[in-house]
Amino acid sequence: MATHESAAVHAHPAPTGFIRKYIFSLDHKVIGIQYWCLALFSVFLGMALSLLMRIHLAWPNLKIPFTAGGQISPEQYLALLTMHGSIMVFMVLTTAPQSGFGNFILPIQIGAADMAFPVLNMLSFWTTFVSLCVMGAAFFVPGGAPISGWTGYPPLSAMGEIAGPGQGMGQTLWVIGVAIFCGASLMGALNFITTIIDLRAKGMSLMRLPLTSWAWFVTAILGLLAFGVLLAACILLLLDRTAGTSFFIPGGLVVTDKLINHKGGSPLLWQHLFWFFGHPEVYIAILPGMGVASHVLSTFSRKPVFGYRAMVYALCGIGFLGFCVWGHHMFVSGMSPYSAFAFSLLTMSIGVPSAIKTFNWLGTLWGGRIQFTCAMLFAIGFVSLFVSGGVSGLFLAQPSIDLFFHDTYFVVAHFHLIMGVAAIFGIFAATYFWAPKMFGRHLHEGLGKIHFWFTFIGVYAIFMPMHWLGMLGHPRRYSSIEVLTQSNAQYASIHTFITIAAVITITAQLLFLFNFFWSLKKGKKAEVNPWNATTLEWTVPSPPPHDNFAGHLPTVHHGPYEFSVPGAPKDFIVQSEAPAMKRG
Amino acid sequence: MQRRKACAGSATTAGAMALLLFALTFVTVYLFVTKTWWFPRAITDFGHEVDAQFFRTLIITGIVFVLSQLALAYAVFRFRDRGQKAKYNEGNQTMEVLWTGATIVLFVGLGIMARSAWAEVHFRPAVPGALQVEVTGQQFVWNFRYAGPDGKFGRLKPELVNASGGNPLGLDPTDPEGKDDVVVPVMAVPVNREVELLIRSQDVTHSFFVRELRLKQDAVPGMLIRVHFTATETGVYEIPCAELCGLGHYRMHSTLTVMSDADFQKWLKEQAAANQ
Repeated sequence: MATHESAAVHAHPAPTGFIRKYIFSLDHKVIGIQYWCLALFSVFLGMALSLLMRIHLAWPNLKIPFTAGGQISPEQYLALLTMHGSIMVFMVLTTAPQSGFGNFILPIQIGAADMAFPVLNMLSFWTTFVSLCVMGAAFFVPGGAPISGWTGYPPLSAMGEIAGPGQGMGQTLWVIGVAIFCGASLMGALNFITTIIDLRAKGMSLMRLPLTSWAWFVTAILGLLAFGVLLAACILLLLDRTAGTSFFIPGGLVVTDKLINHKGGSPLLWQHLFWFFGHPEVYIAILPGMGVASHVLSTFSRKPVFGYRAMVYALCGIGFLGFCVWGHHMFVSGMSPYSAFAFSLLTMSIGVPSAIKTFNWLGTLWGGRIQFTCAMLFAIGFVSLFVSGGVSGLFLAQPSIDLFFHDTYFVVAHFHLIMGVAAIFGIFAATYFWAPKMFGRHLHEGLGKIHFWFTFIGVYAIFMPMHWLGMLGHPRRYSSIEVLTQSNAQYASIHTFITIAAVITITAQLLFLFNFFWSLKKGKKAEVNPWNATTLEWTVPSPPPHDNFAGHLPTVHHGPYEFSVPGAPKDFIVQSEAPAMKRG
Repeated sequence: MQRRKACAGSATTAGAMALLLFALTFVTVYLFVTKTWWFPRAITDFGHEVDAQFFRTLIITGIVFVLSQLALAYAVFRFRDRGQKAKYNEGNQTMEVLWTGATIVLFVGLGIMARSAWAEVHFRPAVPGALQVEVTGQQFVWNFRYAGPDGKFGRLKPELVNASGGNPLGLDPTDPEGKDDVVVPVMAVPVNREVELLIRSQDVTHSFFVRELRLKQDAVPGMLIRVHFTATETGVYEIPCAELCGLGHYRMHSTLTVMSDADFQKWLKEQAAANQ
């Protein structure tokens, strides 16, 4: 348990030069914003790639600038989907909710002056930046970006150029980029865990921790355990590619009549390592969103979170079970059918803590006084998307049903709803909610609402129809449907509908961009606590000064969500407020 | 000040949100009930069992989906800020226990019910006398091998693979058991007879998928994977590749023809003759 004195040791003086202040900063707030900006750049890049894919699927003959022959070739399509997935998963869904908001808000929320290891914090951001550059460089090398998908299954990803365009230098850069990202995430995870364990203010017991901080805590533990495994897998893959080892390549393979000089490896080994990381990664993306949803729903319902303890246990339960279910990605892989059945039951049981969370969110809204700020709208949207994306998981968790749905658009619909857009809605909720604190100005609520409606309707219009594409048996990662004669007309019309929805939804995101930059300059100035919220970040100026609490770390006397307490003078009690008996 | 502003706009926003959630629920349920887009017909007993399990899951998830979305819509509208006081309520132990218990029973129960279909295809081996077909994936074609009259597959040697020279699997010509093997790029099987597939890959991971069989199995380099099925209806069905295997993934495609036993014997003889 931390005391004021031990926390003060970590304080460092405010920098004066531009470079130490804004570039190589040690301040968790600057680093949080750096991460957030990296994610903002990446999300627009990733979205642009998806737009090209959508246009190609709906109108394959449309002339597209900057492509050879004016059209997207099959290998370019696969390069787009590989980079779209990799950038979105690593650079957006892992960085924004955890490293971005976590970095900025967490230390203030628990009453600390900074993260436990400021230098490590700076290193982890700049390592992430290097990783993005290395991964992005794959677009510009001969052969282009890799075509093996964000899952990078060997032997396709392990054999080099002979396996296809982009599988040479492009794939090597991808593997190195992902490995560097693993290093960055490990540093971040260590820092988060230490900070939460060591630097909590006096009185901030674990059961007084806001659910956002709980979510960042559990996510950091997942990151620490998962990224190490992916790092190992990437190193092995890199050795297979460059040093002639055969971890993932079995003997006797023949590509275009040429015998491959490897033997003894197992393609399934990669799948086990990758998904041992990959499934917890889903929760790394979504848990912070769950924390934000709980936090925002409670604040704008003016009610305590319903079943706070159950929410904490559910977070931990999801985190633990998240490591026991990776095999459900491998039901058709040739893995033992008996372990498939075990993985199936474990996966079905992860639905239980997820359902608990959903019921508690509804319980939080029930009987409240709901205020429709933009943050609240996105949090409500998060709950709806979490339910819609979650229920399809119950189909995919059953091996016999997964035999049909595996690698069809049904899976694409499922993971985009739950870990893609639900997580993005968490990020948007967090952005509208905390922008006043982070930047000192509110985002424009009117523009924000238009942005919300377009986005909410848009994502449903894009991803719901994909369930039916999957039911019709449309395999995913197809650059063209020309050889699929069965149901071809139905595929084509659904694809066209989805693309139109995507074009509109993506255009609407420019509204957000405009809102953000306009509000930075002209937005309404933020007060200390504009939302009448209860947690510690709302006790410091907006934006907070360099050392957050000006050397006077707070003492916590209350739980995190004391809204509408009977007999209290206001409808909220800030965590650091003196206890009731002394107030008098 | 913030609160007053939110209060003023809340009826319209609450109504729009509730309406939207209701519309989403209605349209989704409508499209499932009318089966606007649906699975291709199943042609195996196993397939019918999978469809039945899908239907059970659809009912349970459908109830969860509809109740949650409508409860969300109701709560958002009913409890919008009209200046009332929020009810202080930190939770309810009984309710937590109740819905935890209910979801455990529902979800895990559903998982256990799915066991029999899975066991049928994977826990028991093919019956003796099942027709064996070896399925080989390679960038970007499927090849199917039948053992011929001797019922035995000949030896394969990877170094002999020569697709352009007419030996895509690398059949060893010195092995007498391979003399009568039939290698074809399309698949045919007799109706109502169990078929055992021996699935393998020559280069990268592919996936054998026939929608009507409700069957998908990765073809993994270095592994020989066995699955079995009995088709009960004749017809021609697509075999798309379902695992990303390179730039030609989208065009890796073959067909499965289910025919009467007599037609099948005739077809196999013709293929054998053409193969010589």
